[in-house]
Amino acid sequence: MSQHVFLSHRDSQRLFDALDRAGYQAQAPQPKDGALVFSPIRQASDLPWGQHDTQRPGHYRLSQDDSPRAFAWANGPQALKPQLFAPSEPLWQVARDADGKLRFQACAPKPQKRALIGVRPCDLAALAIHDAHFLGGERDGHYAARREGLLLVAVNCSHPAQTCFCVSTGDGPAAKEDSGYDLLLDELDDGFVIRAGSGAGEQLLAGLALEAATPGQLASAKGQQHQATQGQLRHLPDNMASALPNQMTHPQWDKVAERCLACGNCTAVCPTCFCHSEREQPALDGASSEHLREWDSCFSSGHSYLHGHLVRESGAQRYRQWLMHKLAWWPEQFGRIGCVGCGRCISWCPVGIDISAEAHLLCQGGEA
Amino acid sequence: MSDLRQPHEAEIIERVQETPNIYTLRLRFTDPAVHQAYRFAPGQFNMLYLYGVGEVPISIVSDPEDEHIVDHTIRAVGRVTDAMARLQVGERLGVRGPYGRGWPVEQASGRDVVIVTGGLGCAPVVSVIHYVLKRREQFGKLTIMQGVKHADDLIWREQYEAWSQLPNTQVLIAADEGGTMWPWHVGHVPALFDKAGLDKANSTVMMCGPEGMMIAAGKTLLEQGMPAEDIYLSMERNMQCGAGKCGHCQMGGQFVCKDGPVFSWPEIVARLGVKGV
Ligand SMILES: Cc1cc2nc3c(=O)[nH]c(=O)nc-3n(C[C@H](O)[C@H](O)[C@H](O)COP(=O)(O)OP(=O)(O)OC[C@H]3O[C@@H](n4cnc5c(N)ncnc54)[C@H](O)[C@@H]3O)c2cc1C
Ligand code: SF4
Ligand code: SF4
Ligand code: FES
Repeated sequence: MSQHVFLSHRDSQRLFDALDRAGYQAQAPQPKDGALVFSPIRQASDLPWGQHDTQRPGHYRLSQDDSPRAFAWANGPQALKPQLFAPSEPLWQVARDADGKLRFQACAPKPQKRALIGVRPCDLAALAIHDAHFLGGERDGHYAARREGLLLVAVNCSHPAQTCFCVSTGDGPAAKEDSGYDLLLDELDDGFVIRAGSGAGEQLLAGLALEAATPGQLASAKGQQHQATQGQLRHLPDNMASALPNQMTHPQWDKVAERCLACGNCTAVCPTCFCHSEREQPALDGASSEHLREWDSCFSSGHSYLHGHLVRESGAQRYRQWLMHKLAWWPEQFGRIGCVGCGRCISWCPVGIDISAEAHLLCQGGEA
Repeated sequence: MSDLRQPHEAEIIERVQETPNIYTLRLRFTDPAVHQAYRFAPGQFNMLYLYGVGEVPISIVSDPEDEHIVDHTIRAVGRVTDAMARLQVGERLGVRGPYGRGWPVEQASGRDVVIVTGGLGCAPVVSVIHYVLKRREQFGKLTIMQGVKHADDLIWREQYEAWSQLPNTQVLIAADEGGTMWPWHVGHVPALFDKAGLDKANSTVMMCGPEGMMIAAGKTLLEQGMPAEDIYLSMERNMQCGAGKCGHCQMGGQFVCKDGPVFSWPEIVARLGVKGV
């Protein structure tokens, strides 16, 4: 097991310098349009020091105080999804010559060394799910290229939001040993307890030549993990695996559909949703065309379009597709549920629909 | 083919107008190495790409051992298939595939084969009919049952009549509404089973068509004692990628593009006919 070392807040620039020397472009969550989003960063001073988020159904607010911490918040609207699975990108392009001959060309992105700082344990869990989807079976070259060269600096969650339920999905608030991070941080009031989870992480730490963390620091980190676990208000029903698959005709689907706007915000912020559609973008001169893929959502009408009809006409059918895919059908496909308990779909739903509350109503059998 | 998501160029070698809105394109990959390496099974499909317009999933109807050509029979119904209908011999399109799990031709070997289709006729079963006819000695009796709304809807009428003349081959057709000179049954497909005299212990059923028709036919067969695991159906859902990535073709936990499109009855029955799945 890797050793725990300590990096004081005062010295935190050293981590950025080490990443820079190793050739990584660093990104970390920073406030932008009222939310924390991954953006390029070079200076430790640009970390979101003193930022807090307040989340509840249909609500997300950032605020700042003089807290000495950089990670005293739960999460922003993005996980790692847009970093690897672009919201819109060309899959390939094709040129047509005067004789009508077609030349297809790949346009996969080039692998780049990127370090993402401030990755949450639930984000790591969602990343593992996307790895299984995009790299398993037929390998997705675009995802694979972006995944390569990614260095993950994860931070255990000390300030879960009111919307979080990662304890109940088993994905947080502390990252598991084998969850794929390169470095894992626990933030204390005066600095970070750090350990490596990969060869690349070990190397970076060796270059920093830090002191071992003290038993007191380790105990504080543990205590804070325990508190974050205790503090979560939401959870999924215990009987979900057995009860939910049988609720296809439950009256709650129609009830929730009365509130649902079918806007697709939940699928956009959800770190595990992978649906996309493909679209053609011909050049104006007619000599070439780009074949794009773009995020899509099972709430859109085109998602289930078959010539002449829609498989899922109603809002109730679409909400059911979303919830059942996440919580009942995903295990068939990937051996676990498609929810990591990040709570994003709850906070970013304009009308505050809560997937965990809906799951409880559905699993209570006939009554709703 | 290494990157299955990027099409390969193919040339139209021959074009057949089957009916006013159904056409067959016979294709050859322009890169001989790609053509050489291309293998498929009956019931699998390709994604056909029309330059500047888009892609559609289309079944392969030629014989897997025909090394010269890949055939697609296409009904012009919309944006891509209408525009594709205007392509002529010598013109190019993009092809990627093959995708999906096809018909259980190995499992059916040595047994009777029962084909059930509905609607306006169904390309995926044409591949397996050809497959059986070409390897006649490997299979028992071939029964082809087709249901159509109106007698006039039956395309390839001559084809059906020709098939019905072949030894050990039975063709049964039902139209909800007959017409003058309609030699076949008037009524629904399930009613044909009584006429067919199926050897239920020794038959493999392959169905393709509207979901409602397949459900009705499947239930009747089960009532008559056909084992569920000998009934297969080809499903249809919106497909963007064909490769298990885009999520559009999901039916519950199944991806129709890669887990299907052909499913056995027990694999798919829980989701059959459930509205919105
Ligand atoms: C596995 C499979 C095999 C098929 N084999 C054949 C075949 O051999 N011959 C044939 O004529 N048709 C076949 N189809 C149906 C064919 O794919 C659709 O008719 C075609 O996609 C319609 O496209 P369009 O742009 O002309 O129509 P539009 O109605 O304009 O459709 C727009 C888009 O929606 C999607 N779409 C619409 N209908 C379907 C559909 N039924 N299935 C999947 N995606 C759809 C496509 O992306 C299409 O480009 C098959 C479908 C599937 C799923
Ligand atoms: S379903 Fe909601 S809580 Fe679960 S992972 Fe997706 S966004 Fe997060
Ligand atoms: S079907 Fe809906 S819930 Fe499932 S991955 Fe696609 S968008 Fe997300
Ligand atoms: S067609 Fe894209 S996942 Fe099946």
